[in-house]
Amino acid sequence: MTHKNERVLSVAELARVEGEGALYIRTAGDRVEEARLDIYEPPRFFEAFLRGRGYAEPPDITARICGICPVAYQMSACAAIEDACGVTVPAPVGDLRRLLYCGEWIESHALHIYLLHAPDFLGYGSGIEMAADRRDLVERGLALKKAGNAIMEAVGGRAIHPVNVRLGGFYRAPARAELTALTEPLKRALGIALETVRWVAGFEFPDHAVDADLLALVRPGTYAIEQGRLATRSGLSFPPAGFDAQVIEEQVPHSTALHARLADGGRYLTGPLARYALGSRWLSPLAREAAHAAGLGETCDNPFRSIVVRAVETVYAAEEALRLIAAYEPPDPPAVEVPPRAAVGYGATEAPRGTLWHRYEITADGLIASARIVPPTSQNQAAIEADLREFVQAHLDLDDAELTRRCEQAIRNYDPCISCSTHFLDLTVERSL
Amino acid sequence: MVPPRPAPLGSALAGRVPAVVIGVGNEFRRDDGAGPAVIARLRDLAPPSVRLVVTDGEPARLVEAWTGTALAIVVDAVRAEPPHPGKIHRFVLDQPRAGARREASSHGLGLDDAIALAVALDRMPGRLVVHAIEAADLTQGPGLSPPVAAAVDTVARAVLADLDGQPSERT
Repeated sequence: MTHKNERVLSVAELARVEGEGALYIRTAGDRVEEARLDIYEPPRFFEAFLRGRGYAEPPDITARICGICPVAYQMSACAAIEDACGVTVPAPVGDLRRLLYCGEWIESHALHIYLLHAPDFLGYGSGIEMAADRRDLVERGLALKKAGNAIMEAVGGRAIHPVNVRLGGFYRAPARAELTALTEPLKRALGIALETVRWVAGFEFPDHAVDADLLALVRPGTYAIEQGRLATRSGLSFPPAGFDAQVIEEQVPHSTALHARLADGGRYLTGPLARYALGSRWLSPLAREAAHAAGLGETCDNPFRSIVVRAVETVYAAEEALRLIAAYEPPDPPAVEVPPRAAVGYGATEAPRGTLWHRYEITADGLIASARIVPPTSQNQAAIEADLREFVQAHLDLDDAELTRRCEQAIRNYDPCISCSTHFLDLTVERSL
Repeated sequence: MVPPRPAPLGSALAGRVPAVVIGVGNEFRRDDGAGPAVIARLRDLAPPSVRLVVTDGEPARLVEAWTGTALAIVVDAVRAEPPHPGKIHRFVLDQPRAGARREASSHGLGLDDAIALAVALDRMPGRLVVHAIEAADLTQGPGLSPPVAAAVDTVARAVLADLDGQPSERT
């Protein structure tokens, strides 16, 4: 039955989110009946694809899940399989991994800030429109992104689907000179990142707070990226091996992605807001100073301001990359042996858009018996939908076009890697009153 | 002083003019792996002066890959209605202009956006050639469908002809 005051907004393809996705909002009168984010999630396919394959293959295969965050998949896979095999990599290998990860953070955050998110705040329909009008800004963003690419190429072997990562470390350790060549570009990138924080801090942000718990990796003494314990704002703390018990994934009919909730039933958010709330005290002094000058406190609950947090994290990643390069001595050997054994292993790292958790069961002869991958976007989906419901409820006075635009912006706050793969949806827009 | 004449495109083979061939796609989405498959084929065939790149179609990466080149050749899978799997389309963009859009691509955020972005930033290659292969299967998994696999060699040869400055026969 269609009520007189019912209206439906449906956007079959979300522009400027990486991947496939669809948004469906249904309102009746002055009440939001439904807010649904449809996402299509390839990790489910990869979990099946990995079964029966060699235990050394997941870092390379899972890197193909996402062109934007291949390092995250490689690092979580390595961490989980090394955990199963009882291997801890030496500190110099760990440092090189962290450096590679900094490259991915810089690249991904620069892309999102400049080409995907900033246009929303400045009134442009897309990054391309913004480029036509403010070429200087987009070139600045691309220069920042390029510094991240350069790290990915020098350490990972190439920027897309890095080929130099293996279990236990790297196939080849870059020579010192290869990394010191990145110092000057990274210093410039750090300057751009600081400028970026000042720039985005001046945007106008709607007054809004996320109503969800927060979950991120935490590692006292440093801003956690490639290792740490999982923690929530509500006080939970557990190692990656405890994720299974603390997080429940459930099937929902409108999505191939599983929705994640904490075992106590609460929805939660992972990503920059969570990392910042749980770890801002361990940012570098420069990044903290930039954050405070941009108006951020010790935590930030407004998802619209996540662009500021991403910019602060970019400052941190550039500075951290410079620190790691200055201290770099090529690990020798570049990788340690990781002999297989029958065991289950767990790994979690912080992808640019949130915590990425892997679990592998390995047989004694080195085959994958089972694989489980929980990407950040499916963890965030319940919180995003709740946020959309609340947001739409508060803005029902807007017309359909403006409401749709604002909803898309609200989704982009979370930088969803909706498919982590490719984009095959045709655009259809369907509205009814 | 008379300015030097622009080098002919064919001189890409001699390494004097930079050329790049970009395979767009995902090897784990069946026929979307056509672009990377053509690049793999070209690794043994293309002159060493030609840069070969595989990318996921993210516009900024495409723009970075072709910035400053005289010739950029992009190979991508496309979805077409009605479908003729394995059919090859070739488009040439000699005169980049504002608002230029590609004919077809499997990527919602891809070649059309990359062209528009490059035009806005004045980062178009001197010449852009697109080889588009009609896909039969874009589901998840590795491996190309037979008609698309059969088109890979043809496109690789057509790319070599483009690099040689001799447009291949339309297919």
